[in-house]
Amino acid sequence: MLDISPAEWTAILLSLRVAIIATLVATPFGIALAWLLARRDFWGKSVLDAVVHLPLVLPPVVTGYLLLLTFGRRGLVGAFLADHLGIVFAFRWTGAALACGVMSFPLLVRPMRLSIEAIDRRLEQAAETLGAAPWKVFFTVTLPLALPGVLAGMVLGFAKAIGEFGATITFVSNIPGETQTISSAIYSLIQTPDGDAAAGRLVIVSIILALGALIAAEWFARRATARLHGN
Amino acid sequence: MLRVDIEKKLGEFSLQASFTSEGRVIGLFGASGAGKSSLVNMIAGLLRPDRGTIVIDGETVDDTVAGIHVPTYRRRIGYVFQDARLFPHLNVAQNLDYGRRMNSLASDPAQHKRVVDLLDIGALLDRRPGKLSGGERQRVALGRALLSKPRLLLLDEPLGALDEGRKLEILPYLVRLRDEANVPMVYVSHDVAELRQLATQIVMLKQGRVTSFGGVKVLT
Repeated sequence: MLDISPAEWTAILLSLRVAIIATLVATPFGIALAWLLARRDFWGKSVLDAVVHLPLVLPPVVTGYLLLLTFGRRGLVGAFLADHLGIVFAFRWTGAALACGVMSFPLLVRPMRLSIEAIDRRLEQAAETLGAAPWKVFFTVTLPLALPGVLAGMVLGFAKAIGEFGATITFVSNIPGETQTISSAIYSLIQTPDGDAAAGRLVIVSIILALGALIAAEWFARRATARLHGN
Repeated sequence: MLRVDIEKKLGEFSLQASFTSEGRVIGLFGASGAGKSSLVNMIAGLLRPDRGTIVIDGETVDDTVAGIHVPTYRRRIGYVFQDARLFPHLNVAQNLDYGRRMNSLASDPAQHKRVVDLLDIGALLDRRPGKLSGGERQRVALGRALLSKPRLLLLDEPLGALDEGRKLEILPYLVRLRDEANVPMVYVSHDVAELRQLATQIVMLKQGRVTSFGGVKVLT
């Protein structure tokens, strides 16, 4: 039905790779942060919360530019990582993954936080009376009960990451095969004469991916409810 | 043996209790708001006394002067709550096994069978807590606490959430538990009849103070 060309496949596969890596790397940080925001009171909590949500409200081009300043070759963190660890973000697919991870982070954290907040803390107390140290309580009670929310956050984050455009193109440009994701490919195609058909195909692919992710997130949310009621 | 000598301020309310008991079942009796649950939570380590000591089975688990506060998970106590608090993501068998796993105890099929038979929960092992009746849940919670091999079992109004019929259904199990399980218990209740049947010693609490201490006959 969709006659997808090799160049389009390259963009689709790159998008998938970027979004999957971004989601997987962001998840442990997301869980830790969600737990922190749900469970701990500390000085500067509202500031941290605001910073996490910043990519949601900042113009993506601003986020991308800030990433470039920080993680670019001459950026403070970027230079350090390149010189000491050999990790380069600028104009690489890894940079696209970083941009997508940062942009999708607020969406990834939110369902995780809500599901941790929804857990009955008395269950954790019960676990403690049965001899479970705090970290065991986390892994045997808190995390399993929050799992549907964690997965929902991952799905939403993935959906956001795969569609990210502004920050990515600002930070790592639009290099076919390296940093050209579905979004930036569509952007290039609609500026090219006769690019409409190819752009149309990629548009359909994006819609399918986004819808699939939303349906999956919804399904996980429903599972979460069932799980918390012990059915 | 249990020795308690504590003081705790909770807002306007102040709790002051001191008693030593060798009894098999210590009944903590008092109206709601008398401080029973706070006292039990302190024995469990969920609440920290402002001043005083708690000694369980010869081990000092709280001593404010010496700065000792053994965390709940290292106290080797069992706690049965009014609202069973079974883990909803685990089935009954996994709930029962939880304490053994957390304490890295060797599996003890004989003990497991004894507890399952004692509480009559063999038919429930595959079920999820959401599919159990209130009475069944409470029996599983009892089994779960027992199988963690506690040296002291705390029961905070374990029948409080059940209607009269269900209470009568569970009481015989508690009597059997007292006579066969060989674990000292602290049994919290505001129900005189319940304590008459179960307790061997009574600590009576009124507005945060111990007003009497002694045999079941103080319940008059």
